[in-house]
Amino acid sequence: MSEILTKSRARNVFYGGSLFFIAVFAGLTVQSHSHVVSRSTTSMPLTEEVRLGKEGWERNSCINCHTLHGEGAYFAPEVGNVMTRWGVVDDPDAAAEMLGGWIDAQPSGIEGRRQMPHFELTDEEKRGLSEFLRWADKMNTQSWPPNDAG
Amino acid sequence: MKYQSQKVALAYFSVAMALFAIQVFGGLLAGWIYVSPNTLSEVLPFNVVRMIHTNALIVWLLLGFFGAAYFLVPEEAERELFSTKLAYLQLGILVIGTLGAVASYLVGIHGGREFLEQPLWVKFGILVAAVIFLVNISLTVLAGRRTAITNILLMGLWLLSLLWIFAFINPDNLGLDKMYWWFIVHLWVEGTWELVMAAILGYLMLKLTGVDREVVEKWLYVIVATALFSGILGTGHHFYWIGLPAYWQWIGSIFSTMEVVPFFAMMSFAFVMVWKGRKNHPNKAALLWSLGASTVAFFGAGVWGFLHTLHGVNYYTHGTQITAAHGHLAFYGAYVALNLAMFTYAMPMLRGRAPYNQWLNMTAFWLMTGGMSFMTFVLTFAGTIQVHLQRVMGEYYMDVQDQLGLFYAMRFGAGAMVVAGALLFIYSLAVVRRQAPAGNAVGEAA
Repeated sequence: MSEILTKSRARNVFYGGSLFFIAVFAGLTVQSHSHVVSRSTTSMPLTEEVRLGKEGWERNSCINCHTLHGEGAYFAPEVGNVMTRWGVVDDPDAAAEMLGGWIDAQPSGIEGRRQMPHFELTDEEKRGLSEFLRWADKMNTQSWPPNDAG
Repeated sequence: MKYQSQKVALAYFSVAMALFAIQVFGGLLAGWIYVSPNTLSEVLPFNVVRMIHTNALIVWLLLGFFGAAYFLVPEEAERELFSTKLAYLQLGILVIGTLGAVASYLVGIHGGREFLEQPLWVKFGILVAAVIFLVNISLTVLAGRRTAITNILLMGLWLLSLLWIFAFINPDNLGLDKMYWWFIVHLWVEGTWELVMAAILGYLMLKLTGVDREVVEKWLYVIVATALFSGILGTGHHFYWIGLPAYWQWIGSIFSTMEVVPFFAMMSFAFVMVWKGRKNHPNKAALLWSLGASTVAFFGAGVWGFLHTLHGVNYYTHGTQITAAHGHLAFYGAYVALNLAMFTYAMPMLRGRAPYNQWLNMTAFWLMTGGMSFMTFVLTFAGTIQVHLQRVMGEYYMDVQDQLGLFYAMRFGAGAMVVAGALLFIYSLAVVRRQAPAGNAVGEAA
């Protein structure tokens, strides 16, 4: 064993193999990138409203309580399918109204209940956020989550 | 301590431990909010608490890595650091950036990509600091003796710094955003950080066990080869449900299963070296932390990672308390414990105190490791129930969470144990025997 696997052989295997796997990964990344752009996220256009919504989503750090497609904190409900759960995924006006109403009602102040903070958002920002969440909902996520509960 | 410039590590380790304290208190508070959700909800909401908890962790681990590099590279290269001034400048930038980030989080200014919430100027600061570090350490290594330990350490640190570029790339398309975000998050902790971990562990084994360098270095190359061969394509296990092609379900499942191998190898390596080694090093606490780190990393990163990495399983467990359980034990074992092993080894030399009667430190090890293991168990149970009720039965998120209260209460208790251990650890390194005469024969372990 020690004669076959010398230190310099081990080193060469490490360097050569790593380069190989980096190359494969880079190739698959290019393919995946184009798959996202041209196939998995095309069911709804990436409008200015969606961009504005993503910006608001980030500025308020929603991800540090909620999950979005399963990624984030695990303190608050999944929102990648919230528009489906609410039954408004194909109705932009109802979606914006419902989300706006929800945000305005927070925090609930109920004792012993997790509190969503109060966020000061304009009507455009609320609309953007609901469009962003509808957009995310319509991504092809390989049918994840398993059910509407998220 | 052979070289004067190794002393800069003391400053790095001190700041790291201060942030460690902030991190665990942030975690304790977050754990308490799970138990009593109205706590501070208007002043300091959960998302900010969590941001501080995770960011403090990442920064102090990096500071620990930087400090470890400044400590071990002079010994490995057999010369003084290229510049201690640059090292202190780098630390200054990082401290200002960290304080700036925390201050902005507290007033509600932050980004929204998880773990990358730092304001843009802080991200640039981190980049500048990383460049200073790489220049400083590379020039030291190039001018001196080159070993496998420094090769691997430098490669890990160069690659992780390069990957930081993706912190500046935030596509409007959520699918792309998520894909490139993982280039940092996954390729750090399941790729480049493993190189750093292996290099530091190799150094500690060399010093603590007295095993032949040739043997240690051959092991190291095998370990890091398995780390990158599995870890790079293993990124695929994050690509299952974010709009990427379905082939990632196969690639991710197969390669991330193999991610167990480097952690098993590191654990075996540590134990075999200790058995083979003839040296009876007096710093028993450093040895305990080294063996503990590699063991808990195997369970936390390896076993708990495998638990939910196959795509058929992950379909149900993704984004539940199972993930939280794995995240805590993996980070603790692989990176927290390894850094604490290095601190434990280096601090007595940096502070000029010997011999190393470190039973307080060893008590801290058992408190922290016990607490973190218990936390992992209760979160795993909570996650199992959550998966069944929510993902199988379709009950709503909050209805399920309301049934998990007992587990969250136990998690808080486990967290309190970890905090107690962390404070004891810091006390044992920073305070105990402060008044011991400095100039006496300091155990030069090498």
